[in-house]
Amino acid sequence: MENNHDEVIREVTQNEYKYGFYTDIETDTLPKGLNEDIIRLISTKKKEPPWLLEWRLKAFQQWKKMKMPAWAHLVIPKIDYQDIIYYAAPKQKASLGSLDEVDPELRKTFDKLGIPLDEQKHLTGVAVDAVMDSVSVKTTFSETLAELGIIFSSFSEAVKNHPDLVKKYLGSVVPSTDNYFAALNSAVFSDGSFCYIPKGVRCPMELSTYFRINAANTGQFERTLLIADDEAYVSYLEGCTAPMRDENQLHAAVVEIVALERAEVKYSTVQNWYPGDKNGKGGIFNFVTKRGICKGNDSKISWTQVETGSAITWKYPSCILKGHNSIGEFYSVAVTNNMQQADTGTKMMHIGRNTRSTIVSKGISAGKSQNSYRGLVRIMKNAENARNFSQCDSLLLGDKCGAHTFPYIEVDNSTSIIEHEATTSKVNEDQIFYCNQRGIGTEKAISLIVNGYAKEVLNKLPMEFAVEAQKLLQISLEGSVG
Amino acid sequence: MLSIKDLKVIVAEKEILSGINLDVKAGEVHAIMGPNGSGKSTLATAIAGRDVMDITHGSIKYMGENLLEMDPEERAKKGIFLCFQYPVEIPGVSMVNFMKTAVNEHRLFNGLEPLSAGDFLKYMREKKELVEFDSQLTNRSVNEGFSGGEKKKNEIFQMALLEPKLAILDETDSGLDIDALKIVANGVNTLKNKDNATIVITHYQRLLDYIIPDFVHVLYDGRIVKSSGRELALELEEKGYDWIKEEAGRQEK
Repeated sequence: MENNHDEVIREVTQNEYKYGFYTDIETDTLPKGLNEDIIRLISTKKKEPPWLLEWRLKAFQQWKKMKMPAWAHLVIPKIDYQDIIYYAAPKQKASLGSLDEVDPELRKTFDKLGIPLDEQKHLTGVAVDAVMDSVSVKTTFSETLAELGIIFSSFSEAVKNHPDLVKKYLGSVVPSTDNYFAALNSAVFSDGSFCYIPKGVRCPMELSTYFRINAANTGQFERTLLIADDEAYVSYLEGCTAPMRDENQLHAAVVEIVALERAEVKYSTVQNWYPGDKNGKGGIFNFVTKRGICKGNDSKISWTQVETGSAITWKYPSCILKGHNSIGEFYSVAVTNNMQQADTGTKMMHIGRNTRSTIVSKGISAGKSQNSYRGLVRIMKNAENARNFSQCDSLLLGDKCGAHTFPYIEVDNSTSIIEHEATTSKVNEDQIFYCNQRGIGTEKAISLIVNGYAKEVLNKLPMEFAVEAQKLLQISLEGSVG
Repeated sequence: MLSIKDLKVIVAEKEILSGINLDVKAGEVHAIMGPNGSGKSTLATAIAGRDVMDITHGSIKYMGENLLEMDPEERAKKGIFLCFQYPVEIPGVSMVNFMKTAVNEHRLFNGLEPLSAGDFLKYMREKKELVEFDSQLTNRSVNEGFSGGEKKKNEIFQMALLEPKLAILDETDSGLDIDALKIVANGVNTLKNKDNATIVITHYQRLLDYIIPDFVHVLYDGRIVKSSGRELALELEEKGYDWIKEEAGRQEK
C-alpha cells in the first residue's frame, strides 16, 4: 500500500506546467545590475516627475543598508542583485491605428494565457490590466469605468494623469523602507496597476491585473495601489505566470490598499508562477509585500489567496485595522509540491475599537516541499473589544514533505478575544480506499479530498476564479496521490 | 457469481484466513458469522480489494473473471459494494458531490452518459425515499458529524444509488438500535432481487431476523468450519460459539 500510495503521489505531483511557453518578442532592456544610474534611467524612461525619482533614490539608499530577512523557514540561495535586469519592456510595433493598438504577438500571448485583451471577448465583466515584464501592455474597460469616476490604469499612466493621488498614497501603507524587498521594489519598480474608486461607487466589474514574466534574467518589480474612497466597493483579482527556465527569477512586488470610511476591498490572488522542475531547478522567487489599511471606520479588507506556484514564496498579505469597527480577513490555500518552499501567512494589526479579524489558512504539502504558515495577531492598547479567530490547517500528502505553523499573538488590551485553532492531517488511506470502493479512482479521490479540504477558502473566490483555482489545485497535485 | 477457492491471507505477518471456500450465486443471501477475530472483516476487505494484505494462496472468481487482478475501483464498478463497518469521514466533500462522482464513474464504466446535476438530484430523491434516508444528511460532508446509526444508513443509501450485484455488509448491525436496524434491514430487503446477491457478516443473529439468509457459515480461526441453513444462526444464538470452537478443535485432532 505504501508503495502504491507513493506512486500515485508521484504521478499526481509530476505534472507539466501549462504556462511555461516563451514569447519571442523584441524587448527593450536596460543592462544588468543595480545602481543609481539604472534607477535614474528607469525614471527617465517612464518620464517621471522629480519627486518620484527622489523617492526611489531614498529607498535605494536605505536598501543598501538593509539585509535580506533570514527569519523565514526558507532556504534561499544567494541572490546576486547585480546579475538581474531591472527593466525589460516588450517593444510594441509602431501604432497603426488607435493608441489602444496592442502588438499581435502580445495579444496572442495573453490569449494563450486565457486573458483576452479585446473588450468584446470579455463575457465575464472583468477589466484587466495586463503587465508583461516591466510594463503594462493594455488596460481594458478604462473608458467604461471612467464614466463612473473610477480610475483604473497602469501605474505609469496614473503617475502622469493623477500625480496628486499617487503622491498622497504611494508608500502610505508600505513605506519605501518597510523591509528589504519593499525597499528594493520602491527603488526599481517599473509599472503595475493603479485603481481609485470614488466616494459611494460600487465598482460594477471585477478589476484584475495579470502579471506575466517573459524575458530571461529579468526581475519583475511592480506596484499596485488601490484606493477605495468612502463607501466604495471593489473586488480585485490578480493572476500570474512565467515561462519555464532553468534560472531562478525574482518577483518582488508591493501591493498597497487603502479603505476609507465604510469602504470595502476584496483582493483575490491566484498565484501560479513557474515553480521550478521536480528537482528544484529554476522557478520564481516570489517575495512580495501586500498590506492594506482599514483607515476609515466600518471599513473592510479581505485577502483571498490560492498559492500554487513559485519555487519560493515569502508573502504575508496584512491588514492594519485602524478605523473603529473595521474588519480584516485572510483566506489562504497554499500548495507546495516537489522542492517548493512557502512561508506565507498574514498580520492583523488591531488598532481601532471593535476591530475584527478572521484568518483561515490551509496548507497542502506534497513531494519534498516545505510549507509554513506564519501569522501575527497584534492587539494594540486602544483596541477595545478586538476579536480575532484564526484557523490554520495543514494537510500532508506523502511522508517526505513538511508543514509548519508559526503563530504570533501579542495582546495589549485585556478586553480582546482571540481564538486559535490548528490541525495537521494526512490524506489517509482509509479515505482513499473508501472512495475507491465507490468506484472513484485514486487520483480523482485525492482531488476530491483536497478540494473538500480547501473548500472554505475556495468559496471566497469570485465564481470564475474559483473554477480556475479548483483546476489548478488538481494540476498542482497531479501525481501526488497516496 | 462469486467463487472463492482455498483463499489464504496474511496480514502483518499473521495468517488470518487459512483456506476459505465459498460459492455465492445470484439471488442468494449468505450470512457469515463467527466470534471476534475469526477473520470475517478480512474476508470482506479481501473481496473489496484493499491492498493491506498478502493473498498467498487460492483464488477469487467474480462473474467468471479473476477478481484478484482488479483494482478496488474496478471491482466497485463491476458491481461489488462494501458496506463499511467504520465508514470514514471526508470533510468538505458534500454527500451530493461525492455520490454524483461515484454514480457517474459507474455510468462511464458502463458506457452511459453522466447524469446532469438536475437528473442526479432527482435520482437521489427516489433512492432516499426507497431506503428512508434523512434528506438533511445529503447536504452535509461525507459522514462528517454523522451518528453511528446515520453512518450505517448512509452506507445503505449509497448502496441504493450504486445498485450493486454483490453487496457485502460488514457488521452493519453493530451499534444500531432496533429502529435503525429495521430501517437498514428494510433497505437491504428492498434492494434485493433475483439478479443480485448479499453477504451479511455479523456477530449476532439479531440482524438475521430481518434479513433472512439462505445459508449460514461459521468462520472460526480463518476457516469456514460449518455451513448450513438458517437454523444454524438460531443454534449459535442459543448456544454461543464455544461448541463450534470445540468441534473445530476435535476435527483438527
